[in-house]
Amino acid sequence: MTCSRRTFLKNAVKGAIAGALPVAAFRLLSPAQARSAVEDASVRWGFLVDTAKCVGCGMCVKACKLENEIPYDAPVTRTWVERYVVTRDGRTHADSPMGARDGFTDRKIHGGEAIDPSEIVKAFFVPKLCNQCDKPSCVQVCPVGATYATGDGIVLVDRSWCIGCGHCIMACPYGVRFFHPVHKVAEKCNFCYHRITKGMKPACVEACPFGARHICNLKDHDDPVTRIILNERVAILKDEYGTKPNVFYLGLDHNVR
Amino acid sequence: MKSHVLRPLWVAIAFVALVLLARYFLVPDDFGVHGESFTYNFYRAGNVQEWKDFPVKFRGSAVCVDCHSENEEMLAASLHAAIQCENCHGPGLDHPESGDPGTMILNRGRALCLRCHADLGYAGTSRAAIPSIDPVRHNVDSACIECHEPHNPDLEDME
Repeated sequence: MTCSRRTFLKNAVKGAIAGALPVAAFRLLSPAQARSAVEDASVRWGFLVDTAKCVGCGMCVKACKLENEIPYDAPVTRTWVERYVVTRDGRTHADSPMGARDGFTDRKIHGGEAIDPSEIVKAFFVPKLCNQCDKPSCVQVCPVGATYATGDGIVLVDRSWCIGCGHCIMACPYGVRFFHPVHKVAEKCNFCYHRITKGMKPACVEACPFGARHICNLKDHDDPVTRIILNERVAILKDEYGTKPNVFYLGLDHNVR
Repeated sequence: MKSHVLRPLWVAIAFVALVLLARYFLVPDDFGVHGESFTYNFYRAGNVQEWKDFPVKFRGSAVCVDCHSENEEMLAASLHAAIQCENCHGPGLDHPESGDPGTMILNRGRALCLRCHADLGYAGTSRAAIPSIDPVRHNVDSACIECHEPHNPDLEDME
């Protein structure tokens, strides 16, 4: 086979153009354009927790377990409420018996000695649930593609696809995931996806009599809850993990982990 | 080409082909990247609808009062107005359609009231703003509803 200088140069140029084409094809779509191509691009679900309003009644946890068919007496739950009591000696006492399924009716923390009210500097309750992160570490580690983020930002688990390896349970920095005792797959809060996609509120939001929990569409800037997140001073949990959580907290204390 | 060196290669190629063939039949058609990112949006698209079809249990008080208007006015004017019917009466599920009380187990216990009304002594919190009792001293053997009307818990109106 002979190759003149002319043919070599021609083919070299052709080859370079052919090689550059796929790269150019990838760059045609900006991230914003790609996002608009995704279904439900006008919705991005977010959540607001007003910790000052929570009284630790646990009605949210009870409603969640019944709504989402989580075995009632198993020590697992999609959402839970934590109690924090800071005492004069500088110690922080925290507990969440059964995820606060039955609320907090006792001054004893972890079943220990009851703390005398005169010793308490501050006490508060913090509801926790899945943060539906923009960059969910639980999804990154799934080896089979059984957990994923939907177009509207909810992280779901495909029960028929999950192999129950438990990587995601360990990867979540918020400890939100657990192993479903009946279905034998990973389980997590999904903001009651079956309710919010029908225009209803999540079961926990509806059950809360004190307005401590709110669902919102972060892309709708006229949504009153979204306006609070945009305008007020809100905090997120474990910012340092870079997961970009979408549950925002009003009045979050530095003791909360 | 008969070579003992190449023989393992054919075995390897056959194995890969077998895996690809099995994958072709076993992986559903709608499994793939649906969205911006291979990392976060690699899934079976049909599962989204499966989650949307999950049955709703808590129907909301607005559905209850369509038929049960007897306590509606009293409750709306009371301190318990913000509490959903189903918080105490149990999730409605398909009760509005079938009339079957099914999952609706009415909770009359002290434990239900104590969720909010047990005195924890956390001064300055919204919990402390709720009228509360010491559960081990206040009429221990009685159910709360023997004296207090849950649909109108105002102590002034107590009989």
